[in-house]
Parts: sequence; C-alpha cells; structure tokens
Amino acid sequence: MIEVQEVGRSFTVGRRRDRRTVHAVRDLSFTVGAGEFVGYLGPNGAGKSTTIKMLTGILAPTTGRIEVAGLDPSRRRTALARRIGVVFGQRTTLWWDLPLRDSFELIRHLYKVDRVVFRERLEELSSLLGLGDFMATPVRQLSLGQRMRGDVTAALLHDPAVLVLDEPTIGLDVVSKAAMREFLSRRNAEHGTTVLLTTHDLGDIERLCRRVMLIDHGHLAFDGTLDDLRATVPEEKSIEDVVARLYTGQATTGA
Amino acid sequence: MADTVRTYLLLAWTWLRASAQYPGPLITMAVGAFAINMLDVVAIWVIFEHTPSLAGFGLAEVMFLYGTSSLSFAVSDMLFGNLDRLSQHIRTGSFDAMLIRPASAFVQMAVDRFSVHRFGRITQAVIVLAIALPRLDLPWSRAWAVPPMILCGIVIFSSLFALAGAAQFLLTDAPEVANAFTYGGSTLTQYPLSVYGRDLVRGVTFVVPLAFVNWQPALFVLDRPDPLGLPYWLRFVSPLAALTLAAVAALAWRAGVRRYRSTGS
Amino acid sequence: MITTRGDDRGSFRRRFRGGLILLYLRIAWYGFRRHSAYRSAAFAGAFTNAVFGILRAYVLIALWNARPGLAGYDLADAVTFCFLSQAFIGPMQLFGGGLELSGRVRSGDVAVDLVRPASLQLWSLADDVGRAAYLFLLRSLPPTAVGAALFGLVLPSGPAAWLSFTAGLALGVVVSFGWRYLVALSACWFMDDRGMQSLSLILTLFFSGMVLPLNLFPGWLGDLARALPWSAMVQVPADLYLGKRDILDALGFQAAWAVALLALGALATSAARRKVVIQGG
Repeated sequence: MIEVQEVGRSFTVGRRRDRRTVHAVRDLSFTVGAGEFVGYLGPNGAGKSTTIKMLTGILAPTTGRIEVAGLDPSRRRTALARRIGVVFGQRTTLWWDLPLRDSFELIRHLYKVDRVVFRERLEELSSLLGLGDFMATPVRQLSLGQRMRGDVTAALLHDPAVLVLDEPTIGLDVVSKAAMREFLSRRNAEHGTTVLLTTHDLGDIERLCRRVMLIDHGHLAFDGTLDDLRATVPEEKSIEDVVARLYTGQATTGA
Repeated sequence: MADTVRTYLLLAWTWLRASAQYPGPLITMAVGAFAINMLDVVAIWVIFEHTPSLAGFGLAEVMFLYGTSSLSFAVSDMLFGNLDRLSQHIRTGSFDAMLIRPASAFVQMAVDRFSVHRFGRITQAVIVLAIALPRLDLPWSRAWAVPPMILCGIVIFSSLFALAGAAQFLLTDAPEVANAFTYGGSTLTQYPLSVYGRDLVRGVTFVVPLAFVNWQPALFVLDRPDPLGLPYWLRFVSPLAALTLAAVAALAWRAGVRRYRSTGS
Repeated sequence: MITTRGDDRGSFRRRFRGGLILLYLRIAWYGFRRHSAYRSAAFAGAFTNAVFGILRAYVLIALWNARPGLAGYDLADAVTFCFLSQAFIGPMQLFGGGLELSGRVRSGDVAVDLVRPASLQLWSLADDVGRAAYLFLLRSLPPTAVGAALFGLVLPSGPAAWLSFTAGLALGVVVSFGWRYLVALSACWFMDDRGMQSLSLILTLFFSGMVLPLNLFPGWLGDLARALPWSAMVQVPADLYLGKRDILDALGFQAAWAVALLALGALATSAARRKVVIQGG
C-alpha cells in the first residue's frame, strides 16, 4: 500500500552566508502492506513529519521513489487525496469557522461521495465517535477531543484505503484517548484500512501497532514487531525505557 | 475548468451560509469597507472643490475612472483577494491542509472564509459609477465599451492577486510587498494616468498592464486624445493584455506551488 | 511595611522612582528589539509606503499645478507633506493596530496584565514608543529618501524647525498611542471589536491629514478636522516640519490631546480592571 524506496529529503536553511543543507530524511526505505497497522516513532526533529508530508504529497522528495495506494504522491496529489485520509493532531484540516456538519458536507462534495453512501458512513462514524452533540458547533469552538474526533471522521468519509495519522492522540485525556484507540483498532480490523501512525505516546503503539518503525536522524533505525523492539534492549522492562534508550542512541539497533 | 468553478461556488456558498449565522460582525465589516473606500471619493470631491479639472479631466470623468477601476478591483478582490493572505496560511499550516484535499489549492485559497463583507466595496463602486455615468452623456457607439472594460479590469486585478499570492511562496515574511502592486494598482487607476509621470505611465502600459484596466479603454469611451500621444489602437488591446497577464499569473502560481512542495518552506 | 528613618525614606523613594524610569526605558528598549524581529515586514512596509507616496504625490502635483499656492503650500510643500504623511504611517500606526494589547484583550489574557503591579497603560506606552522608534528608522526614513530622490523634498528651515518637528513627532506618537489604547481596551466591552477598528481606521485616515492635507478641507469640515485629536498625528507634525504653524500653539495642541487621551485611557483602564477582575470578564 505504501512503498518508500531510498527516499531522501534535504532542506536548504539559513540565509546567504550561513546557508547549509539539512538532511531531514535520508535513504529511507520501507513497505507497508494492505491492512497493516504501523507505528512510526522517532524523537522530535527526526524526520517523521517530513515523511508524512512526502507520503501525502504536500512535499516532494529530493531523491528516491514513493508510491502510496498505487500513486506517486507528489505527481498525483489530487488523485491520491481521494484514496488516503490524513489527520494532523497538531492542527485541524477542518474549516475553522464552519460547523462540523458543514465541513463534512463540503468534504462530501470535494471528494464526490454519493449522497446515500455519505449519509450511511457519517451515521456510522458519528455513532462510533459520538459526534451527535456537537455536529452544529463551529470547529473553533470544539474541545480538543471533539475536534480530533471530527478530524478523524473527515478523514474517513471517503473511505480511504490508507489512513495517515500524525499524532492523533496528542493532548487527549485518558478517556478520549482510549476511545480513539478503540475506534482506530476496529477500523483497521473491520475495514482493512491500512494505517500509518506517528505518536509520542507509546501507549498508542502498545495497544494498536503490530509493527513499529523507528526513525532517527533521518533514517530508519528500527523496523519490526513490538516484541523485537523490546528485545533490542533486554535489560529495560518498560517500552518507554526501551525507546528512550534507542532515542539517545545507547543501544545497538538491529534494523 | 467547469469543475474548478463548481468547487469555487460550492465552497463560497458553504462559507456564506456559515457566516450568515453571525451577521453582526460581517455587516460591520461590509459597512466599514464601504466607508473606507468612500474616503477616496471624498478626496476626489475635495480636490474638485479647488479645481474644475485635474490633469485635463473633469469631475464626472475622474469619477468614471474611479468607478470602473474600483468596480473591477472590488470584484476581483471578492473573488481572489484572499490569495494575498497566502503567507499567513503557510505560516499557520492551513495551506498544508488544503494540499491534502482533492481540489485545486488555488481555489481553496481564493475562496477561504468567503463572506458578505466582500460585497461592501462592490456596492460602493456601483454607486459611484451609477452617479458618474449619466453625467457623461455617452452615445451608445462608445458606451458599449464600458462592460468589456470592467471585465478586462477584473481579469487584470485578479491576475495581480494571483501573482501577489505566488510571490508569497518566496516572500513568506514580507507579504506587504505584494500590496504595492494590488492595492497600489487600484489606487493608481483611480485617477487619469495623465496625472502621473511619463515614465510611470509607460511602465504601467508596457510592463505591468495597469493602463488597460480602465485608462486606455476610457480614452475611447470618453473620446479623448491620448495625452502621451500613444497609438490609438492601444485602446482596444485590453482583452489581450488581460489574457496575457492571466497566463503569466497562472504560470507563476504553478511555479510557486511546485517550489513550495519542493522546498517545504 | 518598611520602617526606615525619615531621611532614608526620601532617598529610597528617589531611588525607587529612578528605578521606575529605568524599568519603562527598558520596556521601550524591548519594544524596539521585539520589532526588529520583523525586519523584512518593516522593509516591505517601507516599500509599500514609498509606492503609495509616489502615487499620491502625483495627484497633489496635478492639483497644485492647477492651483499654485493652494492652502498656503507651494508645490514642493505639498509633495513634502505627502511623503511625510507616508513616513508617519509606521510610527503612528495610522492603519491601526500595533498594540499587543488588542490581541490580549480578545484572548482574555488582559486579565493577567490588569492585576500586575505595573501600570498597564504606561507599560504599553513604553513598549509602543520603542516600536515607534524602530519603525521610524525602517519605515519612515526610506520612503522619505525615495521621495527626496524622485521629487526633491523641502527641509526644515533651521534648528528651531528641526527641534519643534522632533517634539511634534514624539507628541504625535503619544497621541496616536492614546487613541489606539482606547480602541484596544474598548474590546473589553464589545463582543466584536472589528467595528470599532474600522471606525478608528476611517476617523484616523480622514481626520489626520492622511487622505489629503486638512487645509484643503472646505469650511466647517476643515475647522472640525483641525480641532480633532487625529490632526495631531499627521497635519500638525507636518506643519511643524514645513514651518507653517506657530510652534507653541502646535505643540500645546498636541500636548493637550495627549494628556486628554492618556487621562481617558487611565479611566478606561480602571474601569476595565473593575470589569475583568471583579465581574470576572
């Protein structure tokens, strides 16, 4: 579903005199099969967001080849948009001043979803995520948890084959978080939606992901199951400590 | 193309409906836009309190020029004015959100937060034109050129807004530069170009085609000789100038988006 | 309670007052530095101001060609007036805004500011003076230089004119602050402050002399415009520069409006404090 081959992405930063090139991602290769649920980990600034932007077509890679749902994201941005769903936890992709219902209606038109199908999907998502109480509220007035549920709904209304989630549980309280995890897990199981998720919350990874990829300094430092990840630092008990050790580079990483 | 227009209308309608729920601020803003532009008209009126003609043109003629420029600008501002807020959208990340939708980022940008206050300025321009036109006693043999002239003006100003937007892919932290061309172009064309220096007029005739917003066609409508002695046929090339600028703007916007997606600024 | 002997208390108070002045100087300096972070925006503004200065200058030239000596200005005076008014846009924030306060009122953060031990008004004033000084360098000087290069501008006639212009410019900034402070605080009472902002913009542009020199306004409109506070922001400092107005009369006019607006601002601040702190917003 997602194929990344030897992808590099560099940025030129600074002005005139102290201009230099920063490699946000280098020589990144991985494949995610249909129906997989993959966690994408990495410390701040490791290249997670850059990867997500390249997978969604916002950013073109400097080198290498990417294919998502059979399309090259940077060349076929609009075609790809119909096949993937994207959620940015840090900021909404909904329309700030529009009531949730209007945002969804817009998405129906933009993605050309059939009216009947749309109504069914919205009903299903709405009951699963409990949107009923705030469908008429403008997005800017929603609480973070409500907004996130709205964003996830918006990303799924066109039933995408791939769902890309960038920190979808950030800032959520324990109850909302649990509900979100439950929802995502069911979505993946029942609809076979391929999910790629970045997070700093290892609880997300433990509950949801069968496979974990860890990016550090722009390249893949680990790719395997959660148990494999634990095994890289056998002396650490909790997954948090394992990951902390990996981030600070105190372990031998078996990629 | 038809699809793009449909997307625009759909988004505009959704925004209008959403904004109608809080009419208070919008009415204030529409009235504010109306009044602030009326200041320009008051300025013209005060000037003509002191002189019967300005650079060879009378009050009704200047008001005609003001009205046509203002109407063209107001319509393009309504349709595409939001493009010059691109740098804001880039900084807040909302432009990224537009790129994940299966629709043109240009249309999404242009129509963002479309609301009734965008009509305030149009109303003002229409009123000025409605007062100025009858006073000119135009024969039909020349008056026919007024609607195409306004249309060309709309295309030229819209292209300038698109260029201003495209420029902001480069000038993310200095969006005000673009104002000098969009709002500056509107201010420039509100007066007869005979007011300005010769070099400036040549510049806005042959480089940035602002002279074709209203000045050149107006010379035909008002049946006046060109004070700069430029060729007579220039009065009829507005459509060509407008389409050329539109093509340049389209290319610039495309280049801008491509650059954005390859630099990730 | 600090118990000290009488003579010590005096020196303490003196030192304390000196400290306050230093504090506000420091705030002004921070304001200056904070705005230097937006250098490219300031240059962009200067560019736009220069372009509009050129366009407006041509209109005035056409008018003065038709009516030489109109309103007591000759052609060079009129063009100079035009570029001065463009130069004032940055320091006096003639298009509104410039105060961080408005954003803080809208977000409700102003409640924190109002209960601080320092005066919110003086704090904002010091910050605004720093901002004005920075924008004077970046947004006033370049357009004026462009105007001088293209059209040749008039210079003040001598040291007295330079001095009085400097004083008039400084007082203009204070009057402008006094007005914008009131506009910003008004948002404590209005749900939506955009109406107030538009109204302020219109009043400021029209009655300051920004649209046209006020001495072109006919009859009672001219008299009214010259008596209102906005004329202290453009018309009066420009006339001091051009030496077209009695110095003491002009500075006295500006100072009177500065005091009046600051006093109103102080009243509004305590009203806002009562409203926000006691009624909880």
